[in-house]
Amino acid sequence: MKRTPAARRTVRRLTADAALLVVAAAFVLPLAWVVLSSLDAQADLRVKVPDEFTFGNFDAVLVPDVTFTPLLNSLVLCGGATLLTIVCAALAAYPLSRYRSRTGSAFLATILFATCLPITAIMVPVYALFVQVELIDTVHGTILFFAASQLPFAVWLMKNFMDGVPKELEEAAWTDGASSMQSLLRVVLPLMGPGIAVVTVYSFVMMWGNFFVPFMLLLDPEQMPASVSINDFFGNRGTVVYGQLAAFSVIYSTPVLLLYVLIARRLGGGFALGGAVKG
Amino acid sequence: MSAVGTRPRRSLARALPAGPGVVLLLLFLAGPIGYCVYLAFTDLQLTGQAESSFVGLDNFTEAFGDKDFRNAVWLTLVFTVVSSLIGQNTLGLTLAALMQRASGPVRTLTGGIVVVAWVLPEVVAGFLLYAFFRREGTLNAVLDWLHLPGQNWLYTLPILAVSFANVWRGTAFSMLVYSAALNEIPKEITEAAQVDGASGRRRMWHITLPMIRRSIGTNLMLNTLQTLSVFGLIWVMTRGGPGNRSQTLPLYMYEQAFQNSMIGYATAVALLLLLVGSLFSLVYMRLLRTEV
Repeated sequence: MKRTPAARRTVRRLTADAALLVVAAAFVLPLAWVVLSSLDAQADLRVKVPDEFTFGNFDAVLVPDVTFTPLLNSLVLCGGATLLTIVCAALAAYPLSRYRSRTGSAFLATILFATCLPITAIMVPVYALFVQVELIDTVHGTILFFAASQLPFAVWLMKNFMDGVPKELEEAAWTDGASSMQSLLRVVLPLMGPGIAVVTVYSFVMMWGNFFVPFMLLLDPEQMPASVSINDFFGNRGTVVYGQLAAFSVIYSTPVLLLYVLIARRLGGGFALGGAVKG
Repeated sequence: MSAVGTRPRRSLARALPAGPGVVLLLLFLAGPIGYCVYLAFTDLQLTGQAESSFVGLDNFTEAFGDKDFRNAVWLTLVFTVVSSLIGQNTLGLTLAALMQRASGPVRTLTGGIVVVAWVLPEVVAGFLLYAFFRREGTLNAVLDWLHLPGQNWLYTLPILAVSFANVWRGTAFSMLVYSAALNEIPKEITEAAQVDGASGRRRMWHITLPMIRRSIGTNLMLNTLQTLSVFGLIWVMTRGGPGNRSQTLPLYMYEQAFQNSMIGYATAVALLLLLVGSLFSLVYMRLLRTEV
């Protein structure tokens, strides 16, 4: 029997659905573990539905030492670095987007090159340098390095978004006697709100999840962000309480997941790649 | 004022807003990289000796003579090829291609789950996969349920376990890149081939793949660079062990610097890693140039 094209399409769709669901099932298992374990008083390492749901794990970790201080540290660190990144990136992107010059394109090429450098590789020299200039174990030192490491990509993205703002709108402001800084602040930046939101959220999410930088540059446990303090669940506390570890992981991950959802819809899933892959 | 005199001054004034960013980049990115080049030729140590001295290429000859270093190079290669070139890239493309045909809700569900794995903080992802691969973890429970033998994955096959972890974590990126690329292929072209009787596989091989080859190039490049510098994921899952059986170059570098206090030597390793990264970065830039 010959199948009609419509029937063939249905079969194809069902096959694709089935294959995708298998992959989804494989991908969801580790995620299911963290959600279920956080609600399980007897959590261990395998996925299982708790015999009895409880918020005890959340109660146990929602204390200053374990959760609030590290999250506040993360916020100060990533918030500060993001702010610095965005201000520097917006300022640097402006001449790059508005004027063509040989220095500008050389700078842009350097920026693109730096975007791809493996930052992990330079952490040992950065540590050595920070010891020399006494920036080691300081929050501001870590913020400065974080901002610098994120800056190339932020400038690159920001420039691409800025290119989308027509120059004519600015020229009108110039005729009215505005300086270029004023037109950047009053005309260009307000028009690229979504672009700025993307760069901001992207930078923040990257730093929020970054482990190696604060792990290397901060020493005092009091200053540790959540990405590093999560390690305390292992090691010196003796046996690991997996339920609490899971609860903490949920609390720590939620802000970035929400931020991602907030911007992903508006800019399509590939927002972060827009600048990187399309050039 | 002459025109000759104003032009450089005007372009300087125009470039002024870039100042803070340039200073930041010079001090905190170019600076460390320059320092890295310098340190790599010294014998700086973390403790004991106060002064360091130039040792020329000693660090590099020592590295290439060290079997732990060669082991780390080999493992980095395995990790990159298995998890990035094969894993993330192929799975990402497959998922994107399947999503073109799948029904809406399945596409949203699968895409959502894969992206969550990508957005999660690195350390959390590490813990989730640590729990997944442990002897008493979920993978063995599933295998047991299927009546297949389980094993202590993090002990018997640590480098494969961390590679799979990296696939789990990083596939979303390729999936998003390829979905965007596939969506840009005009429907008429594939339909015309279909009318001409080309099978699905032939269409994939002769039409789709050539049309998205630039996306493939840039995606491979970015994945490789990303994978080359993975630290937290492996650190959380295995600490590079057991022994040094999952110790890729970043972990080797860390161990040399802080367990063995050999800052100079570790920096030489860092410089090599940086050079490989730069090489990939240059290829990536070339790919972009041909694209735009």
